[in-house]
Amino acid sequence: MAEFLQFAFSGLTVGAVYALVALGFTLIYNASDVINFAQGEFVMLGGMATVFLSLAGVPVPLAALIAVAATTVVGLALYKLAIDPARGASAVTLIIITIGASIFLRGVASIVFDKRFHSLPHWFGDRPLTVAGASVLPQSLVVLAGALVIVVLLWAFFERTLFGKAVLATAANRVAAKLSGIDTGFVVGFSFAVSAAIGAVAGVLVTPITLTSFDVGTLLALKGFAAAMLGGMGHPVGAVVGGLVVGLLEAFGAGYISSQYKDAMAFIVILAVLFAMPNGLFGRTRIERV
Amino acid sequence: MAGWTRRVFAGAAAAALMAFGASAAQAQIKIGAVLSVTGPASFLGDPSKKTLEIYVEQINAAGGINGQRLQLIIYDDGGDANQARTFATRLIEDDKIVAMVGGSTTGTTMAMIPLFEEARIPFISLGGAIQIIDPVRAYTFKTPHTDRMACEKIFQDLQRRRLTNIAMISGTDGFGASMHDQCVAVAPRYGVTIAHTERYGPRDSDMTPQLTNIRNRQGVQAVVNAGFGQGPAIVTRNYAQLQVPHPLYQSHGVASKQFIDLAGDAANGVRLPASALLVASMLPDSDPQKSVVVNYARTFEQKTGQPVSTFGGHAYDGLMILVEAIKKAGADPRKIRDAIEATRGFMGTAGVVNMSATDHMGLDLTAFRMLEIRNRDWTIVPEGGS
Amino acid sequence: MTSHSPDIAAPPAAGLLARLASGKLAVLLVLALLVAVPPLFFPSGFYYRVGAIVWILAIATIGLNLLMGFAGQVSLGHAGFLGIGAYAVALLPSRYGIHGIAAMVIGAALSAFIAWVAGRPILRLRGHYLAVATLGFGILIAMVLTNEQWLTGGPDGMRVPRLVLFDWPVRGSDTWYWIGGGAMLIAAWLALNLVDSPTGRALRAIHDSEVAARVIGVDVARYKLAAFVISAVYASVAGSLLAFFDGHITPDAAGFLRSVELVTMVVIGGMGSVVGSVIGTLVIVVLPQTLTFLSDYKHIMVGAFIMLFMIFLRAGIVPSLAALVRRRG
Repeated sequence: MAEFLQFAFSGLTVGAVYALVALGFTLIYNASDVINFAQGEFVMLGGMATVFLSLAGVPVPLAALIAVAATTVVGLALYKLAIDPARGASAVTLIIITIGASIFLRGVASIVFDKRFHSLPHWFGDRPLTVAGASVLPQSLVVLAGALVIVVLLWAFFERTLFGKAVLATAANRVAAKLSGIDTGFVVGFSFAVSAAIGAVAGVLVTPITLTSFDVGTLLALKGFAAAMLGGMGHPVGAVVGGLVVGLLEAFGAGYISSQYKDAMAFIVILAVLFAMPNGLFGRTRIERV
Repeated sequence: MAGWTRRVFAGAAAAALMAFGASAAQAQIKIGAVLSVTGPASFLGDPSKKTLEIYVEQINAAGGINGQRLQLIIYDDGGDANQARTFATRLIEDDKIVAMVGGSTTGTTMAMIPLFEEARIPFISLGGAIQIIDPVRAYTFKTPHTDRMACEKIFQDLQRRRLTNIAMISGTDGFGASMHDQCVAVAPRYGVTIAHTERYGPRDSDMTPQLTNIRNRQGVQAVVNAGFGQGPAIVTRNYAQLQVPHPLYQSHGVASKQFIDLAGDAANGVRLPASALLVASMLPDSDPQKSVVVNYARTFEQKTGQPVSTFGGHAYDGLMILVEAIKKAGADPRKIRDAIEATRGFMGTAGVVNMSATDHMGLDLTAFRMLEIRNRDWTIVPEGGS
Repeated sequence: MTSHSPDIAAPPAAGLLARLASGKLAVLLVLALLVAVPPLFFPSGFYYRVGAIVWILAIATIGLNLLMGFAGQVSLGHAGFLGIGAYAVALLPSRYGIHGIAAMVIGAALSAFIAWVAGRPILRLRGHYLAVATLGFGILIAMVLTNEQWLTGGPDGMRVPRLVLFDWPVRGSDTWYWIGGGAMLIAAWLALNLVDSPTGRALRAIHDSEVAARVIGVDVARYKLAAFVISAVYASVAGSLLAFFDGHITPDAAGFLRSVELVTMVVIGGMGSVVGSVIGTLVIVVLPQTLTFLSDYKHIMVGAFIMLFMIFLRAGIVPSLAALVRRRG
């Protein structure tokens, strides 16, 4: 039982990161149909900028705030300089642009920062808590709580604010949204900014546990994309569930079956789920208009 | 349109002229390096690149070799074997180098070896695995210790502590997989049984499931982690988090002080085989290696502002062995090869190098020191009689 | 509608010349010149090597373009087939004494079989779901190649025995340049014929609208599967040739990044354009070589170039330039 709990905590911690990356994918996808493969780079930027600011003497909380703000600006710039100019291009073209952007951002980070691994101090120390025989780092709880807060804030934003409803309307039908007076370009730009901010927050939260370096983004984007698809693309709850499930599958796979093939478990389950539910766990069938 | 093409051609012609002019001005010796400066092995390639650049500049500032300047051409293969081979071809056929230092990983090295053997150009690899020099190939050398030596050093220490049953946790990258196999191969010779094996991906951020299984396994007395990069730091942190009671051994893949920074207090008590470079300032003044490692460590840290790593040290050793050979043999690749093979008593950051026709690495087990981390710093484990 | 065949569609204003240039033969002629002319200016064997890699990888890109540009299905796991082809010619000759060419054929057959079996459930998925399924599939293959060390040599890879044709050991970048170029031309010729056949028309109908295609009686599932299998064979053959040429193969050949690179080549060159596939491969292979003088800044520029190409030539290099010429002409 202690063993089961230990695996579960491991899976939830890693899964929470995947969930936040998947959430970023979802927000941008909903607003613009773009799959943003630079999403992992936002996580990297959040972590790395905090590390280097704090090395430069800025207190960590302030460094984290600046890092999140800077990453948000990068997200906006990505939209303004690379996505918006290609308006009307096919979805695949836009995806390749984001891949170019991720290579670009990694290159910049390797020069502005460096190519080594870095860490941040744990928020509440690194003495593990014991829960029913499993030992958990306080920082894991911080990550989980942070993910929860972000999800709740997003939910409140979409359900409780007029602008949130405008974003939802854009996601549902861009033309109709435009006709009813919504500035859809602004909505898309806003989605990029929020996704970047969420990514950066994820980077700040997990760097004490997972460490960071200029090239952590690729793997996170890959796993986050898989998680978003597992949950059902465009569905925020699906993204969170998908992320947690992928994290748990990896942890239980490593613990109970084979640590060598743990990533395989996650993808086998994703394939199986998609064969049974071709639109993911929470996705709806989209009807194609001819 | 026409003006545009004319400008491009004019520019290209000017660039070509400049290149020609530069090479005509002073005789140069061209040496090359293909390193994994980016990609998953960038923490190997990056310090190597910096090291080569620093020392080639120093050598040239001091008048070059035999009055000739060294020209260093570095390409980044991103850790990809196919790219490495393309750049090796470029160095051989296009840049016409006389010798090469580098090839950061075993995979990229193995992909490049046939080219250098065929072109008969000496190739000093910085890759770890023993297959690079076993069997011996005429033009291929290497400077890092082999992973088999790391296993042997660890097992010797286990013998001293009378521990026989161990678990291994290894990365699935080239370094981890190769060292794992070597440890399995030499374990019986030291009476060591590998009772349990776990793996982790090179970019994994949590190894608690694997370590939980190791902790729960009956009879395990010590744990060996074969891995490099950020993996060992996370293993060490998770190990402390789970309060696994056995001694933990890391490998020579833990190559710099940064490991201690990343692993923090969790690293206390961890032992690892390492070259003298990591403990440069702690060596007794009587140690013949001291001046070499202290100088290299000081130079690297001053120039880059980063802690010295043994991976950069391997590049230093490779470059210096090559420079010594060129001093003796001139700029003819075949004569350089003979001179490298004749290297004896060369004092490098990894230890004393004695090459021969049957040994193209030239290091023995004495090159490794057994270190233990205490209070966030290295200490040298006294080795008694052995 | 115009997105899939710009390089074979006739610009109306340019008359006879244009109609000639639009034929299959003309496309092949352009490609043949592209292979034959540059060696006249090659200063060293290194250029042959880069050229050989371009032609060999272009085979995989042309195949993937059949799937993406004509059938409209994105695969993020195609390097998996590249890996199967590569390891077939590494393993079968060294372990079982099978001749290199036979090993290449077996590899292609195995890729076709795997694509046929895996393709049935995978191709029921649409759009990005298909992408993630193929991604998972490619990762599984790469993982087996990395982890089954007893068979594949593990992450450090394994040696590939040299190809011997009638007692003639095939070696040298220049030799492989011509072999790669020839193989690419054959691959392009087959692809052009396929595109022009009823199958090609059916695929295009699927690309434009699956539902509409189904309504007019196209067996959508069968044609999609056919395109998937064909593209897998193309990738496998390319993998085999690359392995022979390199003489050493690592699991990177089957990795996710390689898959992404193939997709990038297709899209940058132009979806639905055979010439585009070759040009796309050329750009992605040659760009990093020409930018080496930038040292640490190389990756920044590669990323920037990819973005610029896609923003300003959004249908891909070849179709966009063709459209530009047509508008001017």
